[in-house]
Amino acid sequence: MDNKIKSMFSPIRAWKYLMRTPVTIAKKDIFVNPREASERYRGFHQNDMTKCIGCGTCSEICPTAAINLVPVEGIVHEDGKLDERPAFDYGRCSFCGLCVDICTSDSLNMSKEYLHLSIDADSFYFMPDSSGIHKTSAKVGYTRDEISELLDLVRQEMQHEDESRRSSFIEIVKGYAALDAKNEAARCVACGICTNTCPANMHIPEYIRAVFDEDLKEGIRQIYKTNPLANVCGRICTHKCETVCAIGHRGEPVAIRWLKRYIVDNADATDYNDAAQESVTAPVNGKVAVVGSGPAGLSCAYYLRTLGYEVVVFESQALPGGVIRYGGPQYRLPEESVLKDIGVIENAGVTFKCSTKVGVDITLDELRDSFDAVFLGTGFSLSRPLKIPGYDHEDVQYAIPFLAQTRDYIREIGPMPDVAEKVTVIGGGNVAFDVARTLIRLQEIKYGKSFVQMASLEDSEHLPADLEELEEGLEEGLHGYFAYGPMAVKVEDGKIKGLEVKKVLSIFDEEGRFNPSYDEHDVKLLESSQVYMAIGQMPEYAYFNDEMRDELLTKRGQIAVTDGGQVESYPWLFAGGDIVRGPDIINGVATGHDSAKAIDNYLQSKK
Amino acid sequence: MKEVKLFLGPQHPGMHGNYSVHMYVDGDMINKARPTPGFLHRGFEKVMERRLWMGNLALIPRICVVEPDINEMVYAMGIEALSGIEVPERAHWIRMMVLELGRLAIHMMGLGGIGGPTGMYTATYWGIAQRDLILDLFEKLTGARIYHMYIVPGGVRKDLPENFLEDVLKVVDDLEKKLPEFEQLILKHPIIHARIKDNIMLPAEVVWELGVTGIGMRSATGVQNDLRKVKPYARYDQVEFDVPTGTYSDGLSRMNIKYAEMFQSIRIIRQIIEKMPKSGPVRAKMSTGSALRWTVPAGMVYTAVESSRGEYGYFIVSDGGEYPYRIAVRGASFAQGLLGIEKYLPGHRIDDASLWMDTMGVCSPEIDR
Repeated sequence: MDNKIKSMFSPIRAWKYLMRTPVTIAKKDIFVNPREASERYRGFHQNDMTKCIGCGTCSEICPTAAINLVPVEGIVHEDGKLDERPAFDYGRCSFCGLCVDICTSDSLNMSKEYLHLSIDADSFYFMPDSSGIHKTSAKVGYTRDEISELLDLVRQEMQHEDESRRSSFIEIVKGYAALDAKNEAARCVACGICTNTCPANMHIPEYIRAVFDEDLKEGIRQIYKTNPLANVCGRICTHKCETVCAIGHRGEPVAIRWLKRYIVDNADATDYNDAAQESVTAPVNGKVAVVGSGPAGLSCAYYLRTLGYEVVVFESQALPGGVIRYGGPQYRLPEESVLKDIGVIENAGVTFKCSTKVGVDITLDELRDSFDAVFLGTGFSLSRPLKIPGYDHEDVQYAIPFLAQTRDYIREIGPMPDVAEKVTVIGGGNVAFDVARTLIRLQEIKYGKSFVQMASLEDSEHLPADLEELEEGLEEGLHGYFAYGPMAVKVEDGKIKGLEVKKVLSIFDEEGRFNPSYDEHDVKLLESSQVYMAIGQMPEYAYFNDEMRDELLTKRGQIAVTDGGQVESYPWLFAGGDIVRGPDIINGVATGHDSAKAIDNYLQSKK
Repeated sequence: MKEVKLFLGPQHPGMHGNYSVHMYVDGDMINKARPTPGFLHRGFEKVMERRLWMGNLALIPRICVVEPDINEMVYAMGIEALSGIEVPERAHWIRMMVLELGRLAIHMMGLGGIGGPTGMYTATYWGIAQRDLILDLFEKLTGARIYHMYIVPGGVRKDLPENFLEDVLKVVDDLEKKLPEFEQLILKHPIIHARIKDNIMLPAEVVWELGVTGIGMRSATGVQNDLRKVKPYARYDQVEFDVPTGTYSDGLSRMNIKYAEMFQSIRIIRQIIEKMPKSGPVRAKMSTGSALRWTVPAGMVYTAVESSRGEYGYFIVSDGGEYPYRIAVRGASFAQGLLGIEKYLPGHRIDDASLWMDTMGVCSPEIDR
């Protein structure tokens, strides 16, 4: 009975639902007054084109292969960026947002837009910019935060020798252990921006991948495709690759240089040799003379050998290697590393004729007559003097001979350089720091204490030297006078009393020309009995006759060449390294390799 | 008498996803039933072997569309077990909340869904509307309504948004208040009642024979076999809840248990809000490096969670690389949804077939996977 009464009244119960707010949205509101999506909504993509570097990491992580990197019309190439930008195919996208979580440059986000209706299927494939799919200022939805981060922004720590290092020439950087190297390699997103920027276009993502795969033989193989001086470059390269590394936009760049060093330091000796000699063939094609055995000469010689040429390298010094043998200090570049690199090139069948100075012991014409082509890689072998009062005093020393003498001393084939108790170095570049820090070590060895002052035009934030040089130098007790310009070497009773410096107000004048201005009231005397000049290097062209010198040299003392380092008016003559591109080891390696290919082209076309 | 072959699905209001049953009927009696999976077969398991560990996150929720979070959870648990990752405390509680909200959402859909095969669409509309309020919560929390991709190996993808817990409380309070209406509308509805009471039986011996888990097993055997109780994951050992059971499994009793479970889920969610750490990390890093090179140590592991349909598990094998070596999915509805249909659907009438699917709990993609 109860049930029957209940069911009789039950229709009335339904009336209460009239009062409830509906949960549905009216059709007209879908377009006119759409509901705003939540703060984290994963809608269509937005890409800030000014930030995007085209690294393609979004495309790599995309589980649905919905992101393609496509060329953009009218894009101007910028160093450190690739020329393609991501385009999204919403026929494939699953809106997971992993692309946002891994975006290296912080350019990619998702908007709150969730409606896109079109009968044109192509409109679902587009390249987003910050205005999103509808070219309106759509509100930002899903963004990455620290928790959803998919990159590893922190470098694996590198062990360094502690401060006691300053009394010896022991190598400062200890190198990665296997696990550290693998972890560091895991940070790489293999975008290849580094390869584009590296003067030698090294196969960086490939050899980092090899570290990650624990396949060091493959690593060596990849490295030797473009660089036969891996031990050297793994230690003292200027690593432009790291400057542009995609990870560096939001975190610390991948330690590319240390990973290269890890490969060459840890690869099995047999694997190393097999991989490095893999492409070297028996000599068949012709004979090439290489003048100078610095990075450019070595690189050119090695790649000519891989192309089947017989190569003879002429070196004026007693040992081959040039700047890597006589320049860079041992604590950054130990002798063993240099020997290892040169050893590979010797094993490849390159002949070295040391203590043979072209222009003195043998002329360029003689080389031309007995070889099919000649490559010049003589480098910047002279120190540039700074002609201030007192610069011609005998206790004013120069960077290049001093560093060379020190290397010979450490090799135990030469005497210890005569180092005073108090010295001053002029310069603010890497070479100046090499000199200063070498001086600190020699003083510690000789006197048990050190006193080295450094005067540079630039202040500490604008030093041309690497930041790590400054940090490590100061750690070792260097006294820095940055933004102090050298005025005169003060001499009293035939002995140097010190270097007079003035505070620098500005280095360049209003027209941007080099024209330092000084604060006349801030003058200091940096007391010392020796002054070392390390303000730059310049080339020596003793082997050119007057006619060639007039014809070939540019204003800046470099040789004008065409692609591949060929000298236009003397097609048998090629040049590379410092004398073509200015001092940088990796430039030397790159130009040496280019010239090897150009020489091959030239000789093949001559046949 | 002539036997006729009828197709139930893949397009049918009473069908669960793209799944089909070929029925050989005599009059309106089913003589033979041949379940036909494969319409959703995208080779999930095989595709996973070609995706980065992290990339699979976009794929796995799709193995069960209406209850995606369980996939993320077992996947994460497996990787965490192999890698030995310690999940931050707060993440455990957030995960548990997501899973229980997910359970409420799918039960809501299950309750409402019975309206399809019984022709009572009001139930479906109400159920879906109520479920949408939970999806709103998911949208706030994860940025998506269906495929959340929120529970990740090592924890969860983002911390809770502001005032999220208040929003959750509002939704569950509202749901709790309205549930009796659903009971009235669905479980006590004379038509639905008549259709599923003492019909679509699942006797205990069939449970043991097929290996049915979840509500099917608990409603028939009286065994409190709920993985949240017997093999607790996340922080289920720190919350109180009951596991409703029965010993007579007809369609109605299984729906009733589903209904009762929703109150337990609400009870769990309230405890989570009360007990969870108010702050702290929510994600531990899965591996070193960038996600493109995340690896999982070599090994194999089976992890399982209690889904709305029973034990849901992943068997994960890693060879130490950046991709899974093999992942096998134990879909909870394989037993009743595939074997059960073949063997025990015959003997029912045509119009019972979709009720059978509904009350047994069948999710076709997890059979296809």
